[in-house]
Amino acid sequence: MIPLSALLIRDVRLALRVGGGALMGVLFFMTVVAIVPFAVGPDLALLHRIGPAILWVGALLASLLTLDRLFAADHEDGSLDLLLMARTPLELAIVVKALAHWLTTALPLVGAVPVLALFLDLESRAAAAVALTLLVGTPALTCIGLIGSALAVALHRGGLLLPVLVLPLTVPVLIFGVSASNAAIGGPVPFGAPFTILIALSLASLVIGPFAAAAALRHGAE
Amino acid sequence: MGLVAFANPSRFLALAERLLPWLIGATALTFAIGLYQAFFVAPDDYQQGATVRIMFIHVPAAWLGMFCWALMSMSALGTLVWRHPLADVALKTAAPIGAAFAALCLITGSLWGRPMWGTYWVWDARLTSVLVLFLMYLGLIALWRAVEDPSRAGRAAAIFTLVGAINLPIIKFSVDWWNTLHQPASVFRVGGSTIHPTILLPLLTMAAAFTLLFATLNLCAMRNEILRRRVRTLQIMQAEAASGTSP
Amino acid sequence: MMLGPHAVFIVAAYAIAAVIVAALVIWIVTDHRTQTRLLSELEKSGVTRRSAQKRTES
Repeated sequence: MIPLSALLIRDVRLALRVGGGALMGVLFFMTVVAIVPFAVGPDLALLHRIGPAILWVGALLASLLTLDRLFAADHEDGSLDLLLMARTPLELAIVVKALAHWLTTALPLVGAVPVLALFLDLESRAAAAVALTLLVGTPALTCIGLIGSALAVALHRGGLLLPVLVLPLTVPVLIFGVSASNAAIGGPVPFGAPFTILIALSLASLVIGPFAAAAALRHGAE
Repeated sequence: MGLVAFANPSRFLALAERLLPWLIGATALTFAIGLYQAFFVAPDDYQQGATVRIMFIHVPAAWLGMFCWALMSMSALGTLVWRHPLADVALKTAAPIGAAFAALCLITGSLWGRPMWGTYWVWDARLTSVLVLFLMYLGLIALWRAVEDPSRAGRAAAIFTLVGAINLPIIKFSVDWWNTLHQPASVFRVGGSTIHPTILLPLLTMAAAFTLLFATLNLCAMRNEILRRRVRTLQIMQAEAASGTSP
Repeated sequence: MMLGPHAVFIVAAYAIAAVIVAALVIWIVTDHRTQTRLLSELEKSGVTRRSAQKRTES
């Protein structure tokens, strides 16, 4: 356990440093949410109606754009090779790295939701619903993003390849996340159904993501 | 097993040469039958009129788009698990063909939607699923082109193909859910309601024709890919000889 | 055979299908010609594959 917890602490510390990208994610989230009204107009009724969707898309983009550094930074300074050669199973190391990413990038997003809900005229019940669905759904986003991050690790000119690969895979999470948020506000669908599916998606990606990412890293290193 | 015999690229090329004329003939014949049935045997749909004939391309194209990804998944397993030498060749060549079928499905769906619903696009369950599938095909092709070394690219592509294969049923389920959630009062059935035999038969024939077309195109493309890799190897050898380094 | 009032869409659909299939075929055929041309050029300039040199079947 000690190597894994050391890895966790190291990753969290790195992410919290200036170039780490943790707080950048929240800033990007806020910027995106602030930009949307310029496009759709200041009509609060409209913003209220699409509020959960804006928040979810913003969170999706924010967690996606911070993911490409997940393995790339380690690849550059050689610690990825150490991870590959270590006795600790690579899949577990990846889960730990994903946890660090989630703690430093996704969790602040959830924390920003109540503030941003004000801008979108979402009442506290709606904001809580969005925050809860994000809390439960962002692990799925992180774990799915892991796969793209691992596939693109050695590409210097990767560019937008990572989002292009990952975004279609995150469509289910987005659908059920927004569906659950809207259901909590007052929709025909009960909150439970999409919410439990969201949890199921997160749990499933928690398994699939690290295994696929580990395979990608191993095959990429050969 | 049989597949091991095809592992040798030269043997594969020889086999492909022998098989190709038959495949091309079968494809042409099935298309001829299918097109005849599509235009002269199938009656007009009472609801959709003559535009039901667009279905005979649209639905098989959707089926082929998904079938292609399923085939690619098997090739991906062949690459990663059994290290079959030709598996990643099959994986690479199938992607553009599958993407073309997905695009064909989207375009014909759009052309069908315009007279039926008045708009060139509707976010119904099948079209949306195929749109996501199409984007995944494009992402996969981008991934192939992003990695220099063909075998490394093959392994990365294989992993993404398998992850996509796991995700595709989930995506389809979620899109169906999402669509029923936002369904307006009148239900639009894209594929037609109960499929009458006179509609089903041309549909199946066209599906068979497209499948044969896929097999023919993929076989030819695999041939090209094997030749391309030989060219690359020879070019590397030539460059090494020219610069004086021994291989 | 009457195609009804929306005939232009039906014809367009089949036409685009033909175009896409033709494009695939053309791409594959020209790619084949390119690769065989490159291969014969390389072989003429004296570079050969190891299996052709050693004349052994693997």
